[in-house]
Amino acid sequence: MSQSNYPAQFRYSTEHEWVDAPGPTAATVGITDHAQHALGDIVFVDLPRVGTAVEAGKPCGSVESVKAVSEIFSPVTGEVTEVNATLADHPEIVNQDPHVKGWMIKVALAAGGVPSELMTVEQYQELLKREGS
Amino acid sequence: MTTELLKTALNATHRRMGAKMVPFGGWDMPVEYSGIIAEHMAVRTKAGLFDVSHMGRVDIEDGPQAGSAFALLQSITCNDVAKLQLGQAHYTALLNARAGIVDDILIHKISDRHYFLCINAARRAQDLAWIRVNNQHGARITNRSDETAQIALQGPRALAILQPFTKTDLAAIRYYWFTSGEVMGVPARIARTGYTGEDGFELYIPVAESERIWNGLLEAGKHEGLLPAGLGCRNTLRLESAMLLYGHDMDEATTPLESNLGWITKLDKGEFLGREVLQEQKAKGVAQQLVGFRMIDRGIARDDAPVWKDGQKIGKVTSGSHAPFLKQNIGLARVPSANAKPGERISIEIRGQMVAAEVVPTPFYKRSKN
Repeated sequence: MSQSNYPAQFRYSTEHEWVDAPGPTAATVGITDHAQHALGDIVFVDLPRVGTAVEAGKPCGSVESVKAVSEIFSPVTGEVTEVNATLADHPEIVNQDPHVKGWMIKVALAAGGVPSELMTVEQYQELLKREGS
Repeated sequence: MTTELLKTALNATHRRMGAKMVPFGGWDMPVEYSGIIAEHMAVRTKAGLFDVSHMGRVDIEDGPQAGSAFALLQSITCNDVAKLQLGQAHYTALLNARAGIVDDILIHKISDRHYFLCINAARRAQDLAWIRVNNQHGARITNRSDETAQIALQGPRALAILQPFTKTDLAAIRYYWFTSGEVMGVPARIARTGYTGEDGFELYIPVAESERIWNGLLEAGKHEGLLPAGLGCRNTLRLESAMLLYGHDMDEATTPLESNLGWITKLDKGEFLGREVLQEQKAKGVAQQLVGFRMIDRGIARDDAPVWKDGQKIGKVTSGSHAPFLKQNIGLARVPSANAKPGERISIEIRGQMVAAEVVPTPFYKRSKN
């Protein structure tokens, strides 16, 4: 399956999205290895269009596995600048490589667009342990 | 509300094998082991092994009055039990007085005095109560669910995998027939039935031997590509083959004629529950029908999604999924008969968006017989 090592530079949401925001202006967003594993075989990813305003904690798209659909909640606030177009035809990449090739959207961050509640990798792994995975 | 989930005899085995477990019809069941798509493809091209012990197993035998088992079943199901030969099984529905479907079931004819029913896990209690209430002839009704296990080996390689374990000539069992024999030295009823659209066998075996048989088949089938398979692919497989799922595609409020089940509705067999309603529906035509559809635009229609036509809500999806073998998004929907013809364009509302779909003939998938 996929690598289950969670990148230390990412921040993580309670809804199991990851955020890679090396600076204050731009972020890349995806779902975590735990999320893709829980969903099972992903067959469709519905992402917002470029230019869409996204808000932290609000739905911005959905991921469908064979058996279920699950909303994607934007972990950050800003405007979508790029979507991962490869996922339209190859949604299985999210299963195979959720933290790198399976990224979903890039966002131009609003001021303070990365909420302070997002977790560090240690906190996220604690959460997974508490959720019993 | 929390109720303790029921467990099949293979529950610990599924967990040990790393299956993802989910609640299903009151049971703690494996939804997938290696992944729904891999398991689905294995069943279509090689073989898959399912634990279906959660299904209910009931013997119906003559009581003091000869013919009471036959009379009981003939009076509460819509298919014609008189047509069943010894060793043959058929698909039928238990009906209520309004011709609503209490459950869809299999009947095996073991002898003139003895029939066997395989019923849905979630309907066990309702079915048994309904059969007892209608047992005017005094047939003997015995719930065998807890003393037997049920394993389904499905796929084009099923026969080759199972044959070394039994002296029964499996090739001689015709589709929807069964025989009594032994598997791994254990008494077993071997039925050439299933719920996947593939060739395969359902084994009815003693609970105490189910783990040994499960493990033995998996081990022996490895080189044939056999995978343990869960309820996830069981659903996608049955949907591709347009087999109905109780509680979704049919229920107590819908009749067999409204659910594409005219082929099991034998109005000329004599009196049975719901017959008058069905006769009237047949004469007048049904207002609503169950149809197959495929998505034209991207998107997967899920159960209960509204179906629209010309700005009007006309029906709803009863089963919808991605179809792994066909690589399409498909489903079943209940729509007015006027909109039921293949080629009819419909819209399905998916999370507030209208997505184009088209009514298509069913089954979506049919195996090539060789």
